[in-house]
Amino acid sequence: MASKNLSDSDARSHAPPWDVLVIGGGLAGLCAAIAARRRGVSVRLVESAPLALRGGDARHARNFRAPHEAPTAHTPAAYRADEFLAELRAVSGAPESALARSIVADAAQLPGWLAGCGVRLQDPAAGLIPFSRRTAFLLGGGKAMLNALYATAAGDGVEIGYESVAQGLRAGPDGDWLADFAGGERAARCVVVASGGPGANPAWLSTPDLVFRGGAFSDGRMMQALVESLGVRTVGDPASRHMVAVDARGPKFDGGIVTRITAIPHGLVVNRDGAVLSDPSQNAKPTHYAEWGARIAAEPGGVAWLILDAEGLSRADPIALAPVRAQNLAELARALGLNEAALAGASRLRAAPFFGLPLRAGVTFAHFGLAVDESLRLIGPNGRAMQGLYAAGMIMAANILPRGYLAGLGITLSTFTGRRAGEAAARHVRG
Amino acid sequence: MSAVELERSLRICAACMYCDALCPVFPKLADKRDYDPADLHYLAHLCHNCRTCWDVCQYTPPHVFAVDLPAAFAGQRRRSYAEHVWPRWLAPAFRRPALGAALFALAALATISALMAAPSPWLLMSGLASATLLCACVSLAASALRYWITIKPATPNRRPLRALVDIVTLRHLGGEPGCSAGRQPLHHLMAAGLGLDLVATLSAAALQHIGGIAPPYPLASLPVLAGAAGGLAALTGAAGLLALEARPAPHEPGETALNVVLLSAIALVTASGLALLALRDTAAMRGLLALHLGFVCGLFAMLPASKLLHAPFRAAALWRAAAEDQVGDRRVSSRDG
Repeated sequence: MASKNLSDSDARSHAPPWDVLVIGGGLAGLCAAIAARRRGVSVRLVESAPLALRGGDARHARNFRAPHEAPTAHTPAAYRADEFLAELRAVSGAPESALARSIVADAAQLPGWLAGCGVRLQDPAAGLIPFSRRTAFLLGGGKAMLNALYATAAGDGVEIGYESVAQGLRAGPDGDWLADFAGGERAARCVVVASGGPGANPAWLSTPDLVFRGGAFSDGRMMQALVESLGVRTVGDPASRHMVAVDARGPKFDGGIVTRITAIPHGLVVNRDGAVLSDPSQNAKPTHYAEWGARIAAEPGGVAWLILDAEGLSRADPIALAPVRAQNLAELARALGLNEAALAGASRLRAAPFFGLPLRAGVTFAHFGLAVDESLRLIGPNGRAMQGLYAAGMIMAANILPRGYLAGLGITLSTFTGRRAGEAAARHVRG
Repeated sequence: MSAVELERSLRICAACMYCDALCPVFPKLADKRDYDPADLHYLAHLCHNCRTCWDVCQYTPPHVFAVDLPAAFAGQRRRSYAEHVWPRWLAPAFRRPALGAALFALAALATISALMAAPSPWLLMSGLASATLLCACVSLAASALRYWITIKPATPNRRPLRALVDIVTLRHLGGEPGCSAGRQPLHHLMAAGLGLDLVATLSAAALQHIGGIAPPYPLASLPVLAGAAGGLAALTGAAGLLALEARPAPHEPGETALNVVLLSAIALVTASGLALLALRDTAAMRGLLALHLGFVCGLFAMLPASKLLHAPFRAAALWRAAAEDQVGDRRVSSRDG
């Protein structure tokens, strides 16, 4: 009943307003809460997930992009800010904005800021992954970072509520905002919305065949509420998403990194009707796994099957869920629930035993979000910035990345926009 | 947790690899698609249950993948002990750790009653204790050998010094990023204390049987000084490690019970020894002596069926790790040019 109590405590309408309410306990929300709190205002952070699943999609993150003019402790080679900006421009196709330049310029300080919050980076000589010039690796991954940031936020005096869901916002008296919780409304002087992108809300954007690699709690309902009730402007294309091929036997939500399938170049892919979608022997140019997401989503039923022989499997990266195994292709077809004829095209695979698994398109993030100005203020229906209402993290990422993908950008973008929004909110409160 | 469950978890870990720099276990999973029983026995003893991977894992319960690697490895360690212990009839003690406690209690009671009944217990005492310890050593060596035969690598270890240093200094226990603070110093304290107790016992035996000097020995003598310092150190270490067993989940109740039984036995031996030293000039001396020797014989009798097996098994696993690490030295190259 802890969740009920938390919701009730959020809903005491007679309580004095919080200075800053941060909606969303993911990376951007944590950074906003820490940044605002360190400027002396009271901060309430509400996380819709329970403690064990807190932190939004950053739980599944691994590394972040940070420029550095000279080698650093986390990477032995330089990566200049102008290279970063040029790569961002190339993948996003968007003109360079002041916000993008700020993100890149600030990212040089990011490793130090994270270290100051107890976040540890991986020694490039340790572990197995060859070092990356462009990105720094979090020791233990995103959840380790989130654990450190939650401890820092709590130590700084941020008031944190789990399983606490803000369902909507409306303008209150004196320029305050009223947040709608299960038991009633609570007022805040200003609000940072960091509740994630459209993510795992298939009802809103109608995506029945897709798998969501992020958590089920990053459900985009807050974003939907802001668009529908306050008329907040959006950016990007609601139908455009970064998708990869994932193991269809994995969960609908929260599969993270391990259900991603990178083995396609070592086997072949067939659809429900037996059409061969890929055959590396006939197509010298390997298709990047990221391009497979959209291809699979376009197949009948949004599903396809990867077939490997023993030789292909031995070259593939380890697969988290053991593939279905059979001594011949007919037996494999039966085990996968396919017609024998569906695997006729796989007859060039020769080395028994054979392996197979179903594939679906897994959404990493959407190229769709809320419009913000350079100070992270949300843009209202009249095209003007809304006072005391900020957005940070994946909910506004489409301002920077309206299409494409850049490895390690998520953490860099979320930490910058979170801190910037938290600082702006604190300034707004202090006048 | 079963071996099947461990293998399921390791497949997820091998596909994830976010923990590759946390400890020596994860690099061993690189490019691994299948796990034979020897792999599981080996990997389980490369893990020393620091639980850092549990803290940072994206897939711990309530995630549907429900990965609990520390508990899965702990279960596998108990299977390693049960499958390799010699004589084999000791195997049930690793499935039901209460049996080890029963062995301790039985041997202690038998010793105490024999000592209280005998007119001159000294010879009986040293004979009983030595014979039990000898049996324990033979059993521990045989069990360790059986485990080594299971896991021994194809390549010889050309870095024996590295392996020895890792084994003796407990380098990984506290040396890994995020490793639970305290276990390494407490373990060193306990091991050094038990070593000093051994020095005290041997020096007392030498004084008595070679030097012809009968106990009790003066406060400034080697047996008393080493015994007192060793007892205090071992008791502090054992008590601290016992307190750490109360760490919250993840939880493998069987391994926790094995740890608690052995640590409690060590604590009883050292506490009774210290009490004996403090009260040796009083009427309680004879009773305390019987109690202490009873605990000592109980501990010796229990050793082959106790968590002490982790010492040679982990040493063997570190020896194999050193042999493997020399083969594929680390690639330091950029992944993105």
